[in-house]
Amino acid sequence: MSEENNGIDVGYVAKLACIDLTEEEKELFHGQLDQVLHYVEQLNELDVSDVEPTAHAIPVFNVFRKDEVGTSLNHQEVIANFPSAADGHVRVPKIIDQ
Amino acid sequence: MADLHKLTISELSEKLAAGDCTSVDIVNDVLASIEANDGSVGAYLTLNAEDALAQAEAADERRAAGEKLPMLGIPVAIKDLLNVKGQPCTCSSKILEGYTAPYDATVIAKLREAGAILLGRVNMDEFAMGSSTENAALGKTSNPWNLDHVPGGSSGGSAACVAADEAIASLGSDTGGSIRQPAAFCGCVGVKPTYGRVSRFGLTAFASSLDQIGPITKTVKDSAILMEAICGHDPMDSSSIEMDVPAFGEKLTADTSLAGMKLGLPKEYFVEGMDPEVEQSVRDAVEHCRNLGAEIVDVSLPNAKYAIAVYYIIATAEASANLARFDGIRYGRRIDGKDPADLYGKTRSAGFGPEVKRRIILGTYVLSSGYYDAYYKKAQKVRTLIRNDFTEAFKQCDAILAPVTPTPAYKKGDKTDDPLKMYLDDILTTPINLAGNCALSLPCGFASNGLPIGLQIIGDAFQEDTILKVGHAYEQTTEWHTRKPEL
Repeated sequence: MSEENNGIDVGYVAKLACIDLTEEEKELFHGQLDQVLHYVEQLNELDVSDVEPTAHAIPVFNVFRKDEVGTSLNHQEVIANFPSAADGHVRVPKIIDQ
Repeated sequence: MADLHKLTISELSEKLAAGDCTSVDIVNDVLASIEANDGSVGAYLTLNAEDALAQAEAADERRAAGEKLPMLGIPVAIKDLLNVKGQPCTCSSKILEGYTAPYDATVIAKLREAGAILLGRVNMDEFAMGSSTENAALGKTSNPWNLDHVPGGSSGGSAACVAADEAIASLGSDTGGSIRQPAAFCGCVGVKPTYGRVSRFGLTAFASSLDQIGPITKTVKDSAILMEAICGHDPMDSSSIEMDVPAFGEKLTADTSLAGMKLGLPKEYFVEGMDPEVEQSVRDAVEHCRNLGAEIVDVSLPNAKYAIAVYYIIATAEASANLARFDGIRYGRRIDGKDPADLYGKTRSAGFGPEVKRRIILGTYVLSSGYYDAYYKKAQKVRTLIRNDFTEAFKQCDAILAPVTPTPAYKKGDKTDDPLKMYLDDILTTPINLAGNCALSLPCGFASNGLPIGLQIIGDAFQEDTILKVGHAYEQTTEWHTRKPEL
């Protein structure tokens, strides 16, 4: 955490997060998120250099099932949720121009 | 209506067993209550009366065949972030409009096994991000005790429907207090189980290291009964703990003595700015527990004051990753674009509400290059300190008594323009999620404006038995839980 928060570039971070924002939203969020980031600066009061981080309250390990064929989701029910489908596949915009 | 909708799980279970009513009778009564009151309460997003009655008929047949499960034939409302096969699951977001769940969440499968009736889907803050249910994109929910006030959140619909007798019980989820806070605001009982106690498979994830599904009910015993039905190891969830499920309900007896128990009182939990009526009600509850035989000891949770800062870094970071799946490709809403990146940006812009956007952006920022160590890693280290505080505290006591919220339910619109102000309301609930402990909320009084006040009972990991015992003893020797809102 920086000693002094220089402000968040909302437009840039929104682009990283794949969210289009209007100019009004950028301005609104900039003020609100700067306020939040200023608030979390209080963590600088603590010296945690020798403290282990906690990612989960309990130890979490990868869980592997047996390598056996089992039932999967119903194909038709999954396709029914596609916003756009063709021939049993999800349709997406063209990525590479021919 | 025969007033069956006003009864508890245990009361209805007895009636069903004695043949005094059927599950169809109960469902009809609850549906009539929804018809009469939900126009003003607004708890339900979707309701399928025909399906609920069909489930009730099936439950009555199971009972006639000799089954005696305590949840058999009991109608339960479901927070709209739990997948129920064949039903919509919107998380109260426009981005999931049109989505139909192709599978059951594990808790839903367990409820079906237990014979519960899946009544309908109730409102919430979008993707469980909020404390008032005002961030809901698909409905507005009011507090049944005063319709101008918020029901709390994010499980506002789950609490409001139980308080208004529009369901016998409900399921909610708690990431930073989203079961306990609305339960407190609406005068219900809400339990946030220990992390890993209840499977998260089929729960639409907000913050994976914090989320837990739990019950909202009219009494502590009902919560215990519902907990028994939904707890247990699940191979589909890597964070699910392999541990036997205690008979939570059976352990709650008529004995209300707390003799031999030590209950901790953390001075840090009576925060500056706390409503004096809330503080007085909680302190009265502490005295009541002392009169029941408990020894009250002072404990300290010195790092609890950092919980909001830690929570809003960790929760938003995890949310930014979890909500990446909502991209308009495989399900939900899509706004077409000239290429995939254009499609993602437009879809997520149109589909997410402002609070969800805010949190995704904040989470993306704290995980971004150059900021990860400064924000996210540091927050994880302070999380360790918060956990250690609880570990130390539980060396001195069996459970901790505290307020749930600094104030009773506030008026709608009071905090919508100031996100940080609303975030700070979670100061008393978020530490428990960060530590992974269990906690419950139950009514301990009413403010002079007629709104309920909640008492929080916090337990060490997997000590649900203890907090349920304390809560049950307090509840059975007070009358707060017997009061009903006038609708």
